[in-house]
Amino acid sequence: MIAEIGHFTLILALAVAIAQMAVPMWGAHVRDARLMAFGDSAAVTQFGLLIVSFLALTHAFVTSDFSVLNVVDNSHSEKPLIYRISGVWGNHEGSMLLWVLILGLFGSAVAVFGRNLPATLRANVLGVQASIAVAFLLFMLFTSNPFERVDPAPFDGRGLNPILQDPALAFHPPFLYAGYVGFSMAFSFAVAALIEGRIDAAWARWVRPWTLAAWMCLTLGIAMGSWWAYYELGWGGWWFWDPVENASFMPWLAGTALLHSALVMEKREALKVWTILLAILTFSLSLMGAFLVRSGVLTSVHAFAVDPDRGIVILSIMMFFTGGALALFAWRAGALRQGGLFAPISREGGLVLNNVLLSVSCATVLVGTLYPLALEGITGEKISVGPPFFNMTFIPLMLPLLFAMPFGPLLAWKRGDVRGVAQRLAFAAGFAVLFTIIVAAMTGPGPWLAPICAALGLFVLFGAVTDLLSRARFGDVSQAEFLRRVVSLPRSAYGTALAHAGIGIMVLGIVGTSAYQTEKIVALKPGERAEVAGYELLFQGIQPTKGPNYSEQIATFEVTRNGAPVTTLLPSKRLYNAPPQPTTEAGIYASWTGDLYVALGDEQPSGGVALRLYFHPLVRLIWIGAVIMFIGGAVSLSDRRLRVGAPQRARSRPSAVPAE
Amino acid sequence: MTRKQRRGFLIGSGVVILSIAAVLVMFAFRESIVFFHTPSDIAEKKIEAGKRFRLGGLVAEGSVQRGQGTTVQFAVTDTLARVNVSYTGILPDLFREGQGVVTEGKLGPDGSFVADTVLAKHDENYMPPEVAKSLEERGVKLGPGAQHKSGTGY
Repeated sequence: MIAEIGHFTLILALAVAIAQMAVPMWGAHVRDARLMAFGDSAAVTQFGLLIVSFLALTHAFVTSDFSVLNVVDNSHSEKPLIYRISGVWGNHEGSMLLWVLILGLFGSAVAVFGRNLPATLRANVLGVQASIAVAFLLFMLFTSNPFERVDPAPFDGRGLNPILQDPALAFHPPFLYAGYVGFSMAFSFAVAALIEGRIDAAWARWVRPWTLAAWMCLTLGIAMGSWWAYYELGWGGWWFWDPVENASFMPWLAGTALLHSALVMEKREALKVWTILLAILTFSLSLMGAFLVRSGVLTSVHAFAVDPDRGIVILSIMMFFTGGALALFAWRAGALRQGGLFAPISREGGLVLNNVLLSVSCATVLVGTLYPLALEGITGEKISVGPPFFNMTFIPLMLPLLFAMPFGPLLAWKRGDVRGVAQRLAFAAGFAVLFTIIVAAMTGPGPWLAPICAALGLFVLFGAVTDLLSRARFGDVSQAEFLRRVVSLPRSAYGTALAHAGIGIMVLGIVGTSAYQTEKIVALKPGERAEVAGYELLFQGIQPTKGPNYSEQIATFEVTRNGAPVTTLLPSKRLYNAPPQPTTEAGIYASWTGDLYVALGDEQPSGGVALRLYFHPLVRLIWIGAVIMFIGGAVSLSDRRLRVGAPQRARSRPSAVPAE
Repeated sequence: MTRKQRRGFLIGSGVVILSIAAVLVMFAFRESIVFFHTPSDIAEKKIEAGKRFRLGGLVAEGSVQRGQGTTVQFAVTDTLARVNVSYTGILPDLFREGQGVVTEGKLGPDGSFVADTVLAKHDENYMPPEVAKSLEERGVKLGPGAQHKSGTGY
């Protein structure tokens, strides 16, 4: 019964979305306020219906209702509650429901918080947003209905892939989708602006918080996925340049560029056409990500069982929205008036450089990801493009970006003084180089690129601090005045500095673990020892135990360093009951200098066990950096000037802080 | 600078960076592309020893020999031809006889394949598309598991 309610509300949501797609846009066309106002209530109603539908599916999973096919395929009564809940989006149908739910959430947010938007713009935005919802709801109802029943109901379910039964992966998809779908806001606003043929700074003030929120979620989602791959897959890697990873990384790169170009548009009314284009492309890349992941056209280690037929439908949805928006863009973009002028050396110039480098690097990732597909289509030859390609193309584009990053926020709008900025950054650069030399002397030889990248990472980190110090006029004013200024700096300044510092920290982690990791593969018998990166591991044996829905073989290792006990590591191999599938749980000891990582391999006939031992220097900084970026985004989002709905109030009231 | 010159400068710098990227991409493609071959391909075409490629197929039944330290020997087959593979390292959890597998490495002088990577799949029903396709082309019937009708968004 409850499943039918979910199914029924899903159909109702489709009906509401169809009305929401047509009525407000028609209202905007004929300037009828009542028709336009329909969009607001429709968006909220649609979201409410989707919540009911989502709760109905969650109920089916939590109560293990095995008369629902989706629950049978992806759940099991023995599964712990948290994974019964995460199982809702741990499968194709349920994750599509989560996707439209988030789409509805963003749509209703425009309706609720967008009262101060021009009525026609709001109506058009809601109409475009609803059209995306219509496409995905149709897709769900006709090809991937999560509420399909099965008769007779089996006694128990087939279970969720055990590798997905993991806390980090339970919350990875919601964040990732919030990011993907969040970019639909930028898309809807861009298309609405093109329909109206008018765009101004207020548009960017509206789009930026939404893009920022989406970007934050995507950042955290990608980081969670990477963290999960690191400890759950037992290979000790954190990024593989796998097509599925690239599918989430491309919208991130484009979204990061959008965030920065929207800034130029908001502050200086320049780069309008480019920002619109970027908004369209960012969401298109999100849709392409969905297509690549679900269609299975690319070989990916992260691809789960997929269905090519459904992939075609997603591809058509993507073609429709991207093609339609780009056609509209080609038709109307000429009508947008260009804004402020600026010199090449200026804040705007720096942001343009950021945009060029980010979008070009996004393009290289796109080429590397799609090339195997294109080549197979044309010549039939099967190839794979692996990490060497991406390292050779992506890193050279990132180095100038990292170098330019500390300069950007310090440059003045319109016309910047690069020499003055360089002087202010001299300390940061000096510290970075000095620090690198000291550390390089201590660690010994590594790849030649490593110290350069490490110095750049430190430069970005110190540059972010320099930015804050110079905004507070450190050294120019008395200490009391400096402290007063530090406290009253706008939150967006802190947000920028934090996000940039997060990048710097992440770069340090990437350099540390890529250039200086040690890996060892050994076979040990109980009582034998192995040594890695100064740690000595004593293998004490393997004990079997039982978990809630799996049996487990736990190995015990006493870890010592120079004879002093450090920790006990307990890596294990699990065999899940349903589906019967083994997983590897790595044993990880985290220290300030890096992670000691032990993964179990096969048991040897002679009584020993094969082991993979790693030492990953600084690897945690990668995820810490991502979390700092997320926090930076949140701090910036809490800025009064950026707050959703703030634009009009901020304009009517004289601002306490200087505009920049 | 006039508006026109500024725009020219912007577009120019964009074009410069884009062409640098294009050169990098071409260069990287020449250096780092890895071809995919099946055991039959190796029998038909002459593939020189020492060239890196991916070998895909099914792990031949009864071919896996473990336990000489950390080196594992197995054979990859597409039911028409088979190639012996040796791999030093830890096999992925879902490596099993009769399952699809993709390995990466080089042919040794004796015609056996020395793999340094064995690709892990997270899903026991998943079949790498190249493997499924080349098996299909050669008329090998895949079990129902190879086309499992459900997927996730990771």
